[in-house]
Amino acid sequence: MPSPSFHAPETREAAIALLAADPGARPLSGGTDLVVQMRSGRFVPSAVVDLKRIAGMSGVRAMGEGFAIGAATPCTALKADAALAAAWPGVVEAANLIGSVQVRNRATMAGNLCNASPAADSVPALAAANARVLVAGPNGEREVPVLDIPLSPGKTSLTPGEFVAEIRLPPRLERGGDAYLRSTPRTEMDIAVAGAGVSVEMAPDGTCAAARIALGAVGPKVVLVEEAAAALVGTRLDDAALEAMAVAIRAACHPIDDKRGTVAYRKAMAATLARRALFIAVKRAGGAA
Amino acid sequence: MNAPEKPEAFQHFRHVGTRPVRPDGIDKVTGKAVFGPDFKAAGMLWGAIVRSPHPHARIVSIDSRKAEALPGVKAIVTGRDFPSLQSQVMAVGESSSDVVDIAKNCLALDKALYEGHAVAAVAATSPEAAREAVALIAVEYEVLPHVLGLEEALAEGAPLVNEANFTRGVEPKPDAPSNASMQVTVDRGDVEAALAGAAAVVAGRYTMEPVHQGYLEPHACVASWNADGQAQIWASSQGHFAIRSLVASTLMIPQADIRVTPLEIGGGFGGKTTVYLEPVAMLLSKKAGRPVRLAMSREEVFKASGPAPGAVIEVRIGADAEGTLVAADIDFKYHSGAFAAITASSGVASAIGHYKVGAIRVVGTEVLCNRPATKAYRAPGAPQVNFAVESAIDELAAKLGLDPLELRLRNAVAPGDPQTSGVPYGKIGWIECLDAAKAHPHWSAPLGKNQGRGIAGGYWGNYGGPSTAAVSLGEDGSVLVTTGSPDIGGSRASMAIMAAETLELPYESVRCTITDTSSIGFSMVTGGSRVTFATGKAVIEAATKVRDTLRERGEDVGCRTRGGRMARRRRGLRRRREGG
Amino acid sequence: MSKLHITTTINGDAAEFLCDPAATLLDVLRGELDLTGSKEGCGSGDCGACTVVLDGEMVCSCLVLAAEAEGRVIATIEGVAEGNALHPVQRQFLEKGALQCGFCTPGFIVAAKALVDRNPDPTETEIRYWLAGNLCRCTGYDKIVRAVQAAAAELRQERTPA
Repeated sequence: MPSPSFHAPETREAAIALLAADPGARPLSGGTDLVVQMRSGRFVPSAVVDLKRIAGMSGVRAMGEGFAIGAATPCTALKADAALAAAWPGVVEAANLIGSVQVRNRATMAGNLCNASPAADSVPALAAANARVLVAGPNGEREVPVLDIPLSPGKTSLTPGEFVAEIRLPPRLERGGDAYLRSTPRTEMDIAVAGAGVSVEMAPDGTCAAARIALGAVGPKVVLVEEAAAALVGTRLDDAALEAMAVAIRAACHPIDDKRGTVAYRKAMAATLARRALFIAVKRAGGAA
Repeated sequence: MNAPEKPEAFQHFRHVGTRPVRPDGIDKVTGKAVFGPDFKAAGMLWGAIVRSPHPHARIVSIDSRKAEALPGVKAIVTGRDFPSLQSQVMAVGESSSDVVDIAKNCLALDKALYEGHAVAAVAATSPEAAREAVALIAVEYEVLPHVLGLEEALAEGAPLVNEANFTRGVEPKPDAPSNASMQVTVDRGDVEAALAGAAAVVAGRYTMEPVHQGYLEPHACVASWNADGQAQIWASSQGHFAIRSLVASTLMIPQADIRVTPLEIGGGFGGKTTVYLEPVAMLLSKKAGRPVRLAMSREEVFKASGPAPGAVIEVRIGADAEGTLVAADIDFKYHSGAFAAITASSGVASAIGHYKVGAIRVVGTEVLCNRPATKAYRAPGAPQVNFAVESAIDELAAKLGLDPLELRLRNAVAPGDPQTSGVPYGKIGWIECLDAAKAHPHWSAPLGKNQGRGIAGGYWGNYGGPSTAAVSLGEDGSVLVTTGSPDIGGSRASMAIMAAETLELPYESVRCTITDTSSIGFSMVTGGSRVTFATGKAVIEAATKVRDTLRERGEDVGCRTRGGRMARRRRGLRRRREGG
Repeated sequence: MSKLHITTTINGDAAEFLCDPAATLLDVLRGELDLTGSKEGCGSGDCGACTVVLDGEMVCSCLVLAAEAEGRVIATIEGVAEGNALHPVQRQFLEKGALQCGFCTPGFIVAAKALVDRNPDPTETEIRYWLAGNLCRCTGYDKIVRAVQAAAAELRQERTPA
């Protein structure tokens, strides 16, 4: 198998041109998935376009009250950004559950998203946080919800020449909080058997004003479960509301049976994890859960 | 020294029982130590292996013309490059294999027998060229039905892994081939009658999958085979003498022509007591006229090197009302993988050998299937059946309302009792161990939430086996210990301690080297917990010889020495013997 | 495909090499530069035996393309000791017997040094999480944790002005 060509462009335009010119080309940020695929021969791109030398691709910057995270920002760097970690702790924690410290020093949330694994840890957290991504491509830039990117395991909606340039998180919600939890056989270096990201906004009267719940590893792609969130809105998160949420979650799960977990186990765990993540998110929102 | 206190039992020793820094320590914490994949030879070529994508397929043809035309490709070999071999069983460590199978496992001959089975190999001037050449070798396969499971493999009409396999150990000899390569049976007493009369009987079926040894260092070697027939191999293994004998017998060349130099070994756990790459690297080197390196990736290790067998085990055990075991009926099937293995023998010995049982029937069957050939892994053949039997013993204790430790204690074998083979036990400490556990506060401490407590016993034999050691004294009084036993976890320190103890010298004045097969006498593999014992014994004997000789010579020139009288007496005896 | 010419700094020294675009940093360290202290146990970022420090952060060199190293600063196991003076982490690995076969050891030492460089007093939990990406198949983790604790203590003492 012939080796790919390697490019390290310094502008977005150059990167777009390289990617658009060759449908077999792939962008490289952390490389923790791509290099493994190349090594095993599972996928060998015809060209590798390293995004890390493009200005603005690495690091977190304020965007109004919100945040713009460069696609090549490694997961560990997210922790170092105090404002981001305070506003979206669930997202930062989710990204820092991936792999080991060595892996997180390279791995990026954009890569986690574009690898399109249903078990990607950062994606349910991003979806719950209502993150959007900036896609750069030959036809200009477009901003889409984070869950518009993955289509099915290993497949994305990106068209030739396009790449995710930035992940955008909204401002911290007033009386809002988020959290992500996953279940794995080992505490570290493992892939989620089920995962749940929750973002919640509490009303001054202590009822739930808004919620977003996203699940990982329980279907071919990460899913946002609107029915589960709707079950919470307007309630004081009483047992009936929590049970309604759990029912909606179990209904939204379409997991596979494999050596990592059975269908029944994954469904049950998704509901349990969502409930626990909800409590953490409410606490972070300043609530009493 | 990192253990300030020497255990009580070792007080009369100067060095034994201390924990000095190991002699190979600095090399290992600085990255200087040369492991299997680290070694390079001048002018070396890089090898790569073509592996079967099918679990079972006839190799119709191998077309390597495109690969041969690739710049930098210097040699390509297939299973046809091995000499025509006669069946011969080679004993290595705790297991043995037929030399024909070893060669076929290194490179498939007519059939690929598991996914990842090596089919051809190339040597080229760069790793990239070697990998590219592998992709250019066109192998035409006739895909055959395959079988992975134990019971599927034994079922009527199952695809045959080896059409010439007739089960060994069965009388009369079967008239049709099957996937059962060997059956070992021990049948003593009337098991059925005893079970029928038992106060309590438990029955269980236990299954487990093959488990890989998982050493962190993938297999790697460099081989250089000259036109005059002399060859050198550098490799990490649990026994470089085993590499020498397996390479010599698979390539039909004299052992003296092969000098194997041991490199540091990154874990083996039984799995590095055979050859996968060395004979292939030799063949490539002979064709290319240059040293050739072959190294596995992690994926190759998992696909093509031996795991421990998976198993299906059925157990029935019965006891009388007092908890005396009256009968055990144990039937287990082990994966051999693609080639015959012998783990069933040790499985039968281990199954229930640690208990006194009135009547036993143990049947172990080795089963061929389209998986990599199983290899030794920590007490090969024992843990699988042991897990099943000990689980059943626990259930029996529950049924009898007995403490599981008590049930074991009531039936534990003692010195003098026969093993499953009939050979009486020596001092084994099994009852003492159970007594100590019983007396320990942990056995009776109340359990908290989500806490449990368990106990299990097991059987394994230990043996010495041949080892060679040389101890030499420098003109300055420093000491060199040389052995042929690869150090897999610190045995150099053990050897130096034993030599220092014997010679009454400081630990630091003794240095230990593990040398190549041409520089020291035969030493069996590092495995079976034998090196500290057997090689250590050789070191002690060699060091004692040095000490006694020194004393003799000292006295000859008129020195007064400690222990001199003893040396004089021994010398006198020898003179008398020589004179007589 | 022609080779790429890469200029970098390794263990404080300027280094240049030619590499295939698909070669990893680990391939080049071991193959081209003869820095075989970094090991390949898995090639997929699971075992940590290839751990190096890249621009101040520890990474698996098997997950970095060699071409990415252009202009970067790399530290490997070969640069941990200063000449013949072992780093406290190395010395404590020896003192505490924190290695059996030694194959995983370089990766553990590079990772442990990266920890004590930034955290002078790591808790056992912090050490265990930090080293979660390093596998020791001979299962000597407990001694490794003790060695890292002892090295951190030693470094704290060194740093404390008399």
